[in-house]
Amino acid sequence: MALLSTDTLHVSIGDTTVCTTLDLAVSAGERWCILGRNGTGKTTLLHTLAGLRDADAGDIHLDDQSLHSLPRRTVAQHIGLLFQDHSDAFPASVMETVLSGRHPWIGALQWESEQDIALARAALHAVNLDELEQRIVTTLSGGERRRLGLATLLSQDPQLMLLDEPTNHLDIHHQIGMLDLLQEKSVTDRTALVFVMHDINLALRYCTHFLLLFGDGETALGNAAEVLTRDRLERLYQHPLQKLQGTHGNVWLPQ
Amino acid sequence: MRALTLLAGLLLITCISLLISLLSGSVAISWQELLAIIAGDADPLQSQVILDLRWPRSLSAFTTGALLSLAGALMQVLLRNPLADPYVLGVSGGAASGALLALLIGLGSLGMHSAAFGGALFSMLLVFGLSHGSGSWTTNRLLLTGVVIAAGWGAVIGFLLALSPEQGLRGMLFWLMGDLSYATSPTPGLLVLLGGLLIAVMAGRPLNILTRGEQTAASLGVHVLALRRLVYLLASLLSATAVTLAGSIGFVGLIVPHMLRLLGVRDQRLLLPASALLGGSLLIIADTLARTLLAPRQLPVGILTALVGVPLFLLLLHHGRNLHSETR
Repeated sequence: MALLSTDTLHVSIGDTTVCTTLDLAVSAGERWCILGRNGTGKTTLLHTLAGLRDADAGDIHLDDQSLHSLPRRTVAQHIGLLFQDHSDAFPASVMETVLSGRHPWIGALQWESEQDIALARAALHAVNLDELEQRIVTTLSGGERRRLGLATLLSQDPQLMLLDEPTNHLDIHHQIGMLDLLQEKSVTDRTALVFVMHDINLALRYCTHFLLLFGDGETALGNAAEVLTRDRLERLYQHPLQKLQGTHGNVWLPQ
Repeated sequence: MRALTLLAGLLLITCISLLISLLSGSVAISWQELLAIIAGDADPLQSQVILDLRWPRSLSAFTTGALLSLAGALMQVLLRNPLADPYVLGVSGGAASGALLALLIGLGSLGMHSAAFGGALFSMLLVFGLSHGSGSWTTNRLLLTGVVIAAGWGAVIGFLLALSPEQGLRGMLFWLMGDLSYATSPTPGLLVLLGGLLIAVMAGRPLNILTRGEQTAASLGVHVLALRRLVYLLASLLSATAVTLAGSIGFVGLIVPHMLRLLGVRDQRLLLPASALLGGSLLIIADTLARTLLAPRQLPVGILTALVGVPLFLLLLHHGRNLHSETR
């Protein structure tokens, strides 16, 4: 049974139709990637799947329950979202930020417990930020903040993680580190992942399923081998592509 | 533990401020005499000065300062701006217009206080209604609506002042600048403060999450719209109560939470009660100075808070910038 499913989902933003009759079913342990040109509404779709904005039509179900009938707290226990960017009007320390991931799990009048702090520390350790626990977030580099975002998501520990360009600002080593970590999490804990990424080759290496947004409401989805044909990708990016054979499978390069 | 130490320290500062304020004034009263008054066997004149004049006034000063600082801290989270103050959305303008109107048509003190509170509530609902519009309730829209309504109240106040007879002007000006000499019954304000503080601290953890951004808060399970409405109504009610008690006293609500934040207090569950205590004791001190500096003449306390507040604020701003560049 699918963890998150959509039923003839229609999403649009401004003049852009993101999808018209999307029937998506994300199951535990699957790793999805949403591909599309700039401005086709990938982030909008991700936010809709997280229940942060309303769809124009159609339904979204989380474990067979309508997403909109569930309290926000329950949704946050099941779905976590790594945003593309972050705002900080107020200073916060690294530890405080990671602990915010525990929010949906802590009772209304309770304080963070020793266990929450231990989970937050483990999450920081997983992304190699243990040393920076007391630092103020605004003093971190872009890549460190990205890893902090992932640590917050790890401490939230949802069954479904939605990740909006998670490898932004990361060097190659940390890109692979982060994606390895997420892949391991999805294999061992059966966490479902939905990425938005622009790097087709990283996506091919780590994702099991793909959703293509063509920008006119049309979509294509399925497992990697079925969906990623040269025709579709060239139409998607409106750019000729070249396919090469690499050690981790196929690699697509722009011509 | 650090949290408890801070709160205990601030409580101590509050008590010391209260004592200083009770012991200063035109009638000299010593330590021993104060103890005797508390015990109930003292000179009736001295008892009267302490129990009927200084104690209610000091308590009013504390209540007003605490209300303003708490409201300021909440408004800053609501508007996602660490430099917002409790009056930014026009609550004080509404209150002042109501009070001036009451003075102009010759209502008594009770009428004036009711009119001030009514004006503040009216302004608060006006801003809330106008900024709500078509369902979207963005920070910018709220801020712009509030600022414009506040400017509108400024015009109403000017109009009322222009209509007022000469002899009434002085009282009105004192009221516009913030003055505690008419604040004789702090109990209702104190009750609002305690209730508001309780609600604010209970909402502390969601407020912490809200400071990370609305979308982030929503994705972490915070019901953002409901929380923002609660904070708006609470902050407005607290400022309306403060304005009704003592007129528009500037800078306390702006500076106190900011000072605490610069000291590294970031958790709202600590910041909110700490703001209330620090704001309360600062206003006690300011009011004590206002009534003793040029005695027997009394200054409006709002002038003092502005005179101290402006340089302090600029200093904090400068210091804050250094702080950021050092940690990088």
